[in-house]
Amino acid sequence: MAGAKEVRTKIASIKSTQKITKAMQMVAASKMRRAQERMSASKPYAEKMLGVISHLARATPEYRHSFMAVERARKRVGYIIVSSDRGLCGGLNSNLFRRLIVEIKEQKAAGVEPVFCTIGTKALAFFRRFGGKVLGQATHLGDKPHIESLIGTVKVMLDAFEAKEIDAIYVASNEFVNTMTQRPVIRQLVPLVPGEQATMPLHWDYIYEPDAKTVLDSLLTRYIEALVYQGVVENGACEQAARMVAMKSASDNAGELISELQLIYNKARQAAITQEISEIVSGAAAV
Amino acid sequence: MAMTIHVDIVSAEGAIHSGLATMVFATAEMGEVGIAPRHTAFISRLRPGDVRVQKENGEQEHFYVSGGMIEVQPMAVTVLADTAIRAQNLDEAAALEAKRKAEDALAGHAAEFEYAKAQAELADAIAQLRAIERMRKMKSS
Repeated sequence: MAGAKEVRTKIASIKSTQKITKAMQMVAASKMRRAQERMSASKPYAEKMLGVISHLARATPEYRHSFMAVERARKRVGYIIVSSDRGLCGGLNSNLFRRLIVEIKEQKAAGVEPVFCTIGTKALAFFRRFGGKVLGQATHLGDKPHIESLIGTVKVMLDAFEAKEIDAIYVASNEFVNTMTQRPVIRQLVPLVPGEQATMPLHWDYIYEPDAKTVLDSLLTRYIEALVYQGVVENGACEQAARMVAMKSASDNAGELISELQLIYNKARQAAITQEISEIVSGAAAV
Repeated sequence: MAMTIHVDIVSAEGAIHSGLATMVFATAEMGEVGIAPRHTAFISRLRPGDVRVQKENGEQEHFYVSGGMIEVQPMAVTVLADTAIRAQNLDEAAALEAKRKAEDALAGHAAEFEYAKAQAELADAIAQLRAIERMRKMKSS
């Protein structure tokens, strides 16, 4: 039977693919746990900061930082797009980009020109194909992203905002719902969306060193960086979860295929043996 | 029992310390400050340096911060520590670097070609598996 050998090589090749996908699945599972820990570890910082900022905003109404200013007419808006560096994570990045394309179309229909900053190689590759003005980028953040590597990208956007080149900044990333579900979301960063704070009567104020303006400036920059950083770590957790699921289904598919091919192979082998025996028997009968 | 104040030291990458203290020392913008419980509300930037937390049992814990903010409320101290060394010109340089990289990448310097190729091949194999699977399902149904 000619088929047997071909089926065997096919089985071997699918098996080696399965080995890879299985290994990737397990690596992703262990990385996901750590990524989730990082995700929750980054939350208190931004929360504490928001508390201070909202208090400062109430305490010093005479100084309005441009990030907290009222909305101005939008001509151009900036997007910070958080994507993964690596592929093979299911539809994670493409879902985000699809959501983004819809958003961009809406903005363009309203006469607003979007500009972009990308984080992660996938977003960069996307804009290379899709076109669009990319102001800054950061890639290869690794599994343990550091806020340090985001400072530049965020500053490019904030500078453009302060120079009134853009009128709002959004961040687009994936939201970690659970291991099976990740949802692409686009959040507004600047101007800051005022949270629903209880209006607490104010009878006290901070002593500022050196003054309210300097303190508020550096706080706000850090706050926005922290929000972007949160997006990045959350996206990291999403990436690992999506990869784990994608690799699991790939391994399962490979397993099913192997068992089916194995059946075909066994049949072919059996047919070859039967044929040989019948040849021998008929040969012996002829003698 | 001595009067205590709650201290939280957090950075963007995680909480560093949380607990009660009888006194906290930090290097603020205008010089070192010592904060005792019931200190008046105070906020300042921090210089790179030590944050010392004196605990109830008299022990002192040291934390190095490369800058950040300190917020003091009568019963709580919050140190928002930077994980990166910050300075105006350093930030400026980082921004320029991000811009330059974007321009470079869009001009199309293909880096990490080998890795990308291997990954593309693997993605191809997985897509094949999926396609076969789908075909088979269609056939059987």
